[in-house]
Amino acid sequence: MSPLNIKKGSSSHSAYDLRDPNAEVIEAHTLAVIVENEPGVLARVIGLFSGRGYNIDSLTVAEVDHTGHLSRITVVTRGTPQVIAQIKAQLARMVPVRQVHDLTEEGPSVQRELALFKVAGKGDARIEALRLAEIFRANVVDSTLESFVFEMTGTPEKIDAFAELMRPLGLREIARTGVAALARGL
Amino acid sequence: MTNTMTGAAMVVKALKDQGVDVVFGYPGGAVLPIYDEIFQQNDIRHILVRHEQGAVHMAEGYARSTGKPGVVLVTSGPGATNAVTGLVDALMDSIPLVVLTGQVPTFMIGTDGFQEADTVGITRPCTKMNWLVKDTDKLSETIHQAFHVATSGRPGPVLIDIPKDVQFATGTYTQIEKIKVSHYQPRVKGDIEQITRLVEMLETAERPILYTGGGVINSGPRASQLLRDLAEATGFPVTSTLMGLGAYPASGKNWLGMLGMHGLYEANLAMHGCDLMINIGARFDDRITGRIKDFSPGSRKAHIDIDASSINKVIHVDVPILGDVASVLEDLLQVWTARGRKLNNEGLAKWWKQINEWRAVDCLSFNNTDKVIKPQHALQRLEALTKGMDRYITTEVGQHQMWAAQFLGFEGPNRWMTSGGLGTMGYGLPASIGVQIAHPEALVINVAGEASWLMNMQEMGTAMQFRAPVKQFILNNERLGMVRQWQELLHGERYSHSWSESLPDFVKLAEAFGCKGIRVSDPKDLDDAIMEMIRYDGPVIFDCLVAKHENCFPMIPSGRPHNEMLLGDADTQGVIGAKGAVLV
Repeated sequence: MSPLNIKKGSSSHSAYDLRDPNAEVIEAHTLAVIVENEPGVLARVIGLFSGRGYNIDSLTVAEVDHTGHLSRITVVTRGTPQVIAQIKAQLARMVPVRQVHDLTEEGPSVQRELALFKVAGKGDARIEALRLAEIFRANVVDSTLESFVFEMTGTPEKIDAFAELMRPLGLREIARTGVAALARGL
Repeated sequence: MTNTMTGAAMVVKALKDQGVDVVFGYPGGAVLPIYDEIFQQNDIRHILVRHEQGAVHMAEGYARSTGKPGVVLVTSGPGATNAVTGLVDALMDSIPLVVLTGQVPTFMIGTDGFQEADTVGITRPCTKMNWLVKDTDKLSETIHQAFHVATSGRPGPVLIDIPKDVQFATGTYTQIEKIKVSHYQPRVKGDIEQITRLVEMLETAERPILYTGGGVINSGPRASQLLRDLAEATGFPVTSTLMGLGAYPASGKNWLGMLGMHGLYEANLAMHGCDLMINIGARFDDRITGRIKDFSPGSRKAHIDIDASSINKVIHVDVPILGDVASVLEDLLQVWTARGRKLNNEGLAKWWKQINEWRAVDCLSFNNTDKVIKPQHALQRLEALTKGMDRYITTEVGQHQMWAAQFLGFEGPNRWMTSGGLGTMGYGLPASIGVQIAHPEALVINVAGEASWLMNMQEMGTAMQFRAPVKQFILNNERLGMVRQWQELLHGERYSHSWSESLPDFVKLAEAFGCKGIRVSDPKDLDDAIMEMIRYDGPVIFDCLVAKHENCFPMIPSGRPHNEMLLGDADTQGVIGAKGAVLV
C-alpha cells in the first residue's frame, strides 16, 4: 500500500533502541540537581541512573542550604543529546527535585574537583615530586621521610595530568571528590 | 486538645479528611494499632482481601473506575513485598494509589527484625514517591502530601511506611488546610505558542489522526468530552491505545478502533500513512510503535502530555505540548475557533475514502463455526447481550485481553480496567472486585483466560464475603494462549510449558466458594448461558470452553512496522526473523 507517497526516513529514534551507538555523538554533560534534603533522596537519584541505564562519570552531593533543607547534587553524565534530554526530564519529574540545571548547555561554568595524592619515594624522585607539585600548585598536607600527601584543587583534566606525572614518581593512592560546578556570572 | 491523638488514630482521621470511603487491606503485627482504630469507627469500609497483591489491584480497579485514588493498608515485610507487583502495575498505567504499610518499630529498623523488610528501599523504583515516617507529628502531613502527589500531574502510586511505635505514639494532627503548600506542582496549562503551531498544522493537514491514550481518561471526564468535541468539529479520525479505550465512544463515527500490535488494520495503516499525528495523552509505547525507524515516517507529530519525560523519549515530535489534556484541548479549540475553524476539507475527504477502503478489509473477521465456541464469537455475544447496560469490564492479560479490546465497545471513560504497561496476569479478578465495591449496582465482568485467572483466584473469597456480584467470564482454551501463539510463530511450534494441565473443575470451584458456576461448550447454548450469568444475583465463575488453538489477529510482529500487519493464519509463515524474536 503506497498511494500516499510517503518519504522514506524519519527522525524518530529511541533512547532504548538497540541502534548503532556510533550513529550519534556521545556528549558529557554536567548537571546540577537541587533536591530536598530528605532521607533516601540520593538513592532515588542514583536509582534513576542505574534503573534506566544512564552513565555516571562523577557525582558529588552535600547540603547547601540548611534552613531550606536543600542539597546540591552535581553529576557528570554522558550520552547522546536525546539521552541527555531524557535524563534531565526524568530528574525533573521526581517529587523531591526542585531544579535541574545543565551547566554544559546553559553557558560557561567553572568546574573544580579536590584530590589527595599519596606519593612515596626517596632521593631524586622525591625532589622531583615536590617540584612538580609546586608547578601544579598542589599543597603538601602530610609528610614523612618517605612520603608526601599532596592536596590539589582543579579541573578533572588537571588532576588527571598531575596523576600521570606522579605515577612514575611513586604514586600510591588517589582520593578524588568528584566535580563541583557553578555557572559563571550571575 | 482534639488535635492530639495517636499515630494510628491520625491515619484513620487523615483518610476520612481526604474523603476515603473504602480501604483494601490485610492486617498483621505491624499495623495492629491502625486496625484497632478501624474497628472503632464506621465511616471507612475495610475490604479484607486474601492476598496483598489482590488488595492493590482492587484499589486500582476502584481508582480507575471512579477517578479517585485507591487506598491500601498492609503489614510490614511480606505484606509490603506482596504489594510490589500492584505498585509497579499502577506506576506503569498511571493509577493514583495511596498504600500504607506497617513497619517494625523505629528502634528495631536495621536489626533484621521479624517481618522486617526495607520497604521504602524496595518500593522506591516502584512508586511515584514514598516516605518512611519516623515522627508521629509528621504523619498526618505526610499522608495529606501523599494524596496530593498521587493525584497531581501524571498520577501514580505512593507509599507511606509507618513503624509500629509511630502508630502508638501521640502527636499533633495537622489539618489539610494547614499543611505547607507542596513544591510539587506540575504544569497544567499548555504553552499557547505551541498550541497555535498545532492549530496551524491541523488547518492544513490532509491526513490527520488523533492518537489518544490513558492520559485523556486520567485528565477526567471533561477531557473525554473535549476530545469528542474536537473530533466532531474537525472530522478527524480517532484511534486509541489499550489504556485510552472509552475516551472516544466506540459508536462514534470517527472511531477507527484500537491501534498497536493487535490493533485494527485501519487504525495502524492510518497511523502509518498520516501527515499529522496528534498524540493526546499517550506515550509511544513499544506495543504501539512497532519498528521505531519506520514509525509513521511521513507525518509531523504533536504530543500533548503532562509528563515532560514522556515527550521525545521514544519518538521525536515536532510540537511538544506540556500540560493537562483537558486544559490543552480547551485552548486548542479556542485558538482554532478564533482563527475561523479552518480545515483542509478536500484532503480530509480523500483521507476518509482511503480509510474506508482499509476498513473494508474487515480485519476482525474470523472463521466462525457451530462446532466449537470461538473466543471472538463469545466476546461478540457478550457485547451484544450486555450493550447498553451499566457495564464495567476488567481483564486479565493475554489473548482474551486483546480480543476484549477488539470486540467490546466502550462508550465512556472509566469503564475499562486492564493491565496495560506491566501486563500483570492476575490483575482482572481483584480489579473487578474493586470496581464492584465502587459501583455496587453495576454489571462488572472480568474477561479472563483460565491461566491468568488462577493467579489470584483466592480473591473469590473476598467477592463472596463482601457480596460483590462480579462475573468471571473465563475463555478457557486450556492454554497460555498468547505464549502458545508466539511459540507457534517464533519458536517452531515447540509449545514449551504453555498448556494448562490439572485445571480445576471451575463449576465445582464456584460451588466450593459458595457462588455460581456455569460451563458452556456448545455455541448454541452460549447466549442462554451468558444471560444466566448476567441475571444471577451474586458472583459467577463462567467457564467458557473455547477453541484451543485460535490465534489473535491482526498482529504486527515484533520488529515490524505498522504497514506489515498479519491479518490471519495464512500470513504467518516465516514472518518473524531472528531480530524480531529478540524483542518481546
